Amino acid sequence: MANLKELSTRKEALCGGHRMCPGCGAPIIVRQILLAAKDPVVIVSATGCLEVSTTIFPYTAWNVPFLHNAFENAAATMAGIEACYQKYKRDGKITKNIQFIAFGGDGGTYDIGLQSLSGAMERGHDFLYVCYNNEAYMNTGVQRSGATPKGANTTTEPAGKVKQGKSKYRKDLTEIMVAHNIPYVAQATAGSWVDLTRKAEKAFSIRGAKFINVLQPCRLGWAYKPEETLALSRLAVETCYWPAYEVENGVYKINIKPKDKKPIVDFLKSQDRFRHLFKPGNEGILEDIQKEVDHRWEMLLAKESSGKAG
Amino acid sequence: MAKDVAKTGNEAMAEAMRQINPDVVAAYPITPATEVVMIFAKYVADGLVSTEYVAVESEHSAMSACVGASAAGGRVMTGTSSQGLVYMFEILPIAAALRLPIVMCEVNRAISGPINIHCDHSDTMAARDFGWIQIFSENSQEAYDSLIQAIRIAEDPRVSLPTMVTTDGFIISHCLDRITILEDSEVQDFIGKSRKAEVELLNVDKPVSIGAIDLQDYYFEHRVQIAEAIKNSKKVIQEVADEFAKKFGRQYGFIEEYKLADADVAIVALGSTCGTAKVVIDELRSKGVKAGMLKIRLFRPFPAEEIIKALSNVKALAILDRSDTWSGQGGHVFTEIRSAMYEVKNKPKMINYIYGLGGREITKEHLHQVFADLGKIDSKPLYNYLGVRE
Repeated sequence: MANLKELSTRKEALCGGHRMCPGCGAPIIVRQILLAAKDPVVIVSATGCLEVSTTIFPYTAWNVPFLHNAFENAAATMAGIEACYQKYKRDGKITKNIQFIAFGGDGGTYDIGLQSLSGAMERGHDFLYVCYNNEAYMNTGVQRSGATPKGANTTTEPAGKVKQGKSKYRKDLTEIMVAHNIPYVAQATAGSWVDLTRKAEKAFSIRGAKFINVLQPCRLGWAYKPEETLALSRLAVETCYWPAYEVENGVYKINIKPKDKKPIVDFLKSQDRFRHLFKPGNEGILEDIQKEVDHRWEMLLAKESSGKAG
Repeated sequence: MAKDVAKTGNEAMAEAMRQINPDVVAAYPITPATEVVMIFAKYVADGLVSTEYVAVESEHSAMSACVGASAAGGRVMTGTSSQGLVYMFEILPIAAALRLPIVMCEVNRAISGPINIHCDHSDTMAARDFGWIQIFSENSQEAYDSLIQAIRIAEDPRVSLPTMVTTDGFIISHCLDRITILEDSEVQDFIGKSRKAEVELLNVDKPVSIGAIDLQDYYFEHRVQIAEAIKNSKKVIQEVADEFAKKFGRQYGFIEEYKLADADVAIVALGSTCGTAKVVIDELRSKGVKAGMLKIRLFRPFPAEEIIKALSNVKALAILDRSDTWSGQGGHVFTEIRSAMYEVKNKPKMINYIYGLGGREITKEHLHQVFADLGKIDSKPLYNYLGVRE
């Protein structure tokens, strides 16, 4: 794996001066993943924070080919680009190896873009899809998505006098991608550059459809201090809220196993989106969330020890 | 040498696609257009084309993949109909705005609901405002010829706009017709071996950002550029048609006049109905009625000038629409022609007939009735539904 010194010499695909929020996890994820690519890259972004903040015409923060089409179709759009690349390679019109990376937020990936993603993964196009998952529609002002965790306050499922934020657990998109039997699926955070860089390098070394789901703390929607983005990312792993794991050809491997699994309240209490859960009377919700985290973690451990797809 | 063969509309379009041999085809099956992509998929499987065929999971993804492949620099085609076209609607104007010369085989079919698989023009007409060039076909020959011309039109740097060539569902798409097809090499020489894109996403040495967010300060100018391109496309469409005629003998214009020069009474129609109308006009002519027809081949851009000129001597005009605008003000063709005629001093009296929705048959008798109505046009309502039970 490339070390920090080597990574620091590589050309950045996304330059500074873009309009992402201070402390935003998304550009950290994008830069870390793209630094891991040794080949030239072509980028597609779904409509969302990343696209609006990096491309306001006539400016662009991208030093590499970049295409934005619409909200729900980053995967299908990339499928078209990759198809043209395969044709050009066959014709000898292109000889270079190119890495294709599509970025989508959780709204564009878990919800409105799920069909497009599923189709592209099933067809096995040779590209990496990265979900920068901040667990709600942050670009339009914190509306709930299928990735929003139970109990979180959002503007379309807010905490109020009789409701305590989102009533249901989030869907497990990483496992949905595993069920597509693609060669590589991983879950990561911005909190460990080693883990994220290694996963990106591995994805780039494999031909076929790859998917990485990266948890991305959002200053606006999660409501925390901007300097805590990476610490919060690590806390998500240490509490087993967002395990760092990968599934290569159906074989599970948990990449970071916390020595002492921290209680989920440590993660929840650090963000204002969960503040209402700490009011008297909501202890049951906190217990439920802890139980669910424990259950999913145990399932993951079992999948890993069984040594095959779950 | 060109040769005569029997082909349905779908087969004719698939044959043109084989000869065009695009870089990428991304498509999803839908009746009555399914055969186009089905036949083409077999060409891919048999190695008769070198196309990368993306069998997507929806029409939305078909058009999305077409945008990606075309932005990459490729020559890109697709085919669809009805609900499929409607499902593409979000992406159609993006393809136009990004100036991507995607070429589509569109088979005209009613849109739901209620669900119906047969011909009318509701789908294509609903897509008229998205910046695509739209060409209608009277028969398989026209569909075949227009599809080949569409590649040249769409990819011309003065145009750079997506283009759809349409046939009428089942009436053309599934009916055997004798058509003349060109040699593969003639098609390749006519369209050029490959597209010459100004901007290519796959050129990693010259990175570009495509599809940036475009706000109050630039969006408007970019939209007006589409309007300019659509305007410019008329010249290119005629140039391409003329070159095609010179090389292969079949001449096309934006419109076709059938016995119109001295006509007192005339109809305007698009697509397969024009074939029926020609027979009716011949029958009327033999009885001494000065009947004629204006066939519209090019609907986008709308050839208003040419239409005004062609209709200048007509006294009574019936405009036939195989779609409704649901405005209470008539169908798509009627409203456009009426608007175009507003400034004309000696304009014909015009009435509108909406007909054939959901594949309802249009017979010679219907058209005879229309011409009979034109003889007493002052007593007829402005808006009429033809062939509907009351």
